[in-house]
Amino acid sequence: MLRVTKLVAVAAAATFALAACGGGSSDGSSDAGDTGSAKSDVKVGLAYDVGGRGDQSFNDSAGVGLDKAKSEFGIDVKELEASANETDSAREERLRLLAQGGYNPVIAVGFAYATSLGKVAKEFPDVQFGIIDDSSLEKVSNVTSLVFAEEQGSFLVGAIAAEASKSGNVGFVGGVNTPLIQKFEAGFKQGAESVNKDIKVQVKYLTQPPDFAGFNAPDKGETTAQGMIDAGADVIYAAAGGSGSGVFKAIAAAGKGNWAIGVDSDQYLTADSAVKDYILTSMLKRVDTSVYDFIKSAVDGKVLTGKQEFDLSDEGIAYSTSNDAVKDYEAKADELKKQIISGDIKVSATP
Amino acid sequence: MNADTVRRVGLSLAAPALAIILSLAITSAVLAAAGNDPFDTFKQMIEYAKEPRTTAMIINGSVTYYFAALAVAFGFRMNLFNIGVDGQYRLAAMLAAAVGGAVSLPPILHVGLILLVAVLVGGLWAAVAGLLKVYRGVSEVISTIMLNSITTALIAFLLTTDKLAVQAEGSNNIGTKPIPASGQVPGIGLVPDSPLKVYGLIVLAVIVGFLYWFVIEHSRFGFDLRAAGRNEEAAVASGVNVKRMILISMAVSGGIAGLVGMPQLLGSSYTYSLDFPAGIGFTGIAIALLGRNTALGVAIGALLFGFLDNSSQILDLEGVPKEIVMITQGVIVLSVVIAYELVRRYRIVAQQREVGRRLSEPPAPAAGNDKTPQGAQA
Repeated sequence: MLRVTKLVAVAAAATFALAACGGGSSDGSSDAGDTGSAKSDVKVGLAYDVGGRGDQSFNDSAGVGLDKAKSEFGIDVKELEASANETDSAREERLRLLAQGGYNPVIAVGFAYATSLGKVAKEFPDVQFGIIDDSSLEKVSNVTSLVFAEEQGSFLVGAIAAEASKSGNVGFVGGVNTPLIQKFEAGFKQGAESVNKDIKVQVKYLTQPPDFAGFNAPDKGETTAQGMIDAGADVIYAAAGGSGSGVFKAIAAAGKGNWAIGVDSDQYLTADSAVKDYILTSMLKRVDTSVYDFIKSAVDGKVLTGKQEFDLSDEGIAYSTSNDAVKDYEAKADELKKQIISGDIKVSATP
Repeated sequence: MNADTVRRVGLSLAAPALAIILSLAITSAVLAAAGNDPFDTFKQMIEYAKEPRTTAMIINGSVTYYFAALAVAFGFRMNLFNIGVDGQYRLAAMLAAAVGGAVSLPPILHVGLILLVAVLVGGLWAAVAGLLKVYRGVSEVISTIMLNSITTALIAFLLTTDKLAVQAEGSNNIGTKPIPASGQVPGIGLVPDSPLKVYGLIVLAVIVGFLYWFVIEHSRFGFDLRAAGRNEEAAVASGVNVKRMILISMAVSGGIAGLVGMPQLLGSSYTYSLDFPAGIGFTGIAIALLGRNTALGVAIGALLFGFLDNSSQILDLEGVPKEIVMITQGVIVLSVVIAYELVRRYRIVAQQREVGRRLSEPPAPAAGNDKTPQGAQA
């Protein structure tokens, strides 16, 4: 029950967020959503990564994008969930079932689908597939890669963290030690060092693959953050999915003057009221926007293909400003943002 | 085959049959309570399983499970609980994949080398737990669980781009260097009309299953193993070196565990990457329990679990949560334990009744014309 309530809250909040800054990507043809009567005969299939709906992380974010497209375009959708510890052939079969069932486009959430998608895309040349967080299939014509420049947004929140830190000591809590999360770490470190080159950045990952529990272990997040606070950190960036709530708790327990930074969606809007005021900002990775844009392009009959990169320039990556406390740092962050977009600052994706 | 044998076989089949019926009943109740028609659900699963591709997937899944369950069962026969199969096969698969990707050899040698590395790594890793038990008295339950965690850390340490891993352009996944064609095992078209082939290593599974049966049931070693497993003191008294047996059986169990990842590695993925399936070792424990640690029973259990895992994929598409099969699997394991206990008690009661009946039989009449010797019917 709790999970459902949380899910509704996340969905509601994310919809607000979309309404607030969705102007950039919708190119004036939003009339379909206004009436709600325009029905499209597009059927969308979506295969989640392990965790599925309710993970308070990128699966949920993909779900939000899907829900928005569903209510706006009146499309048929089918969502399939993954099981923990499954093999490539199980993932393959899930995509195949969707393609066979007449779903087009079919969206695969997460890089783990890359190998299986490579095989299934060949079997169904008339179906357009989308995959989030992978561009290794960029050259396959019926696969659309939806990828994000997480390091850019992490750079900005790193700079904000360094500005906000009084101790000159900040922390990075990663969910699971994978190349994907290392991109967040890399950006955060570079951003913090761009403001204060002597800053100390503590880096901890909650679990190592194949143990992906680190994305959903608030207790581990809390003790790890507590350890960082004890070692002098006063700003901590949680790139750890559902474990972030534990980091927020530890920061709130440490009291005023300590800040947490959220990830993926605007966690200031979704966190418990007891901790939300401690969430200075969140690094926004708009998986929902990418899913929505992709479906919209299919509904419009001009499906997006190739590699679709989401970064600071198209607001697919951003930082949130819903907590007023971040106002003091916005000028600096926006200046850095301009420099990243113009290419004056190059952010490396590896730590 | 006399009536007694029939009864014995019947009784030993009764427990798993009882467990499966019970779990089907509970699953049906859960399905019905959630508003789904249980018969329709099972029908869908069976229909889907009959499609050639699904059948091949079920067999492939079972081959992997079979190795895992045999590894656990081998330990069980010696009264050793090897919970570390999970860590043993992951470490074995990772190192075997790294070796396989690094060398180039003629086809059969290449495959042989990869399998050898896998068996050695699995065996040696399990032997650590064996040594700890023999020389330090550490329970293998504790040490193998710990070794699972150490495995995870070790793989995380080794599977980085500056050590054993490579990262494909544009991918967020990392894995060992792909094994070239000479180290791959081609599939067998065992299922007619299926575009998916059955893992070539199914042959190895059959061979290992046969060896398991032969060694346990028909060799001196197997006799010592079973004896030591049932009653350590008695085995020592009859001259069995129990310490040696513990070490050897841990290593053999780990060696079989080393093969768990091989069908997937050599028949499908050709690399050990972040999404290499984990957790199969734990499924193996459930299947070993279900299959009563016999080669044939475990094979049937592996097929059942393979069926449940793969045919459930269709359920999500039809609006039935596929997690329902996890309930089925969980209940099977629980009810197997209960069913064996029930059957065991029934056996004891039946035995007592038999003894009681014979004791209370009126003694043979003392009249001299009855020449039937006492106990001839026994």
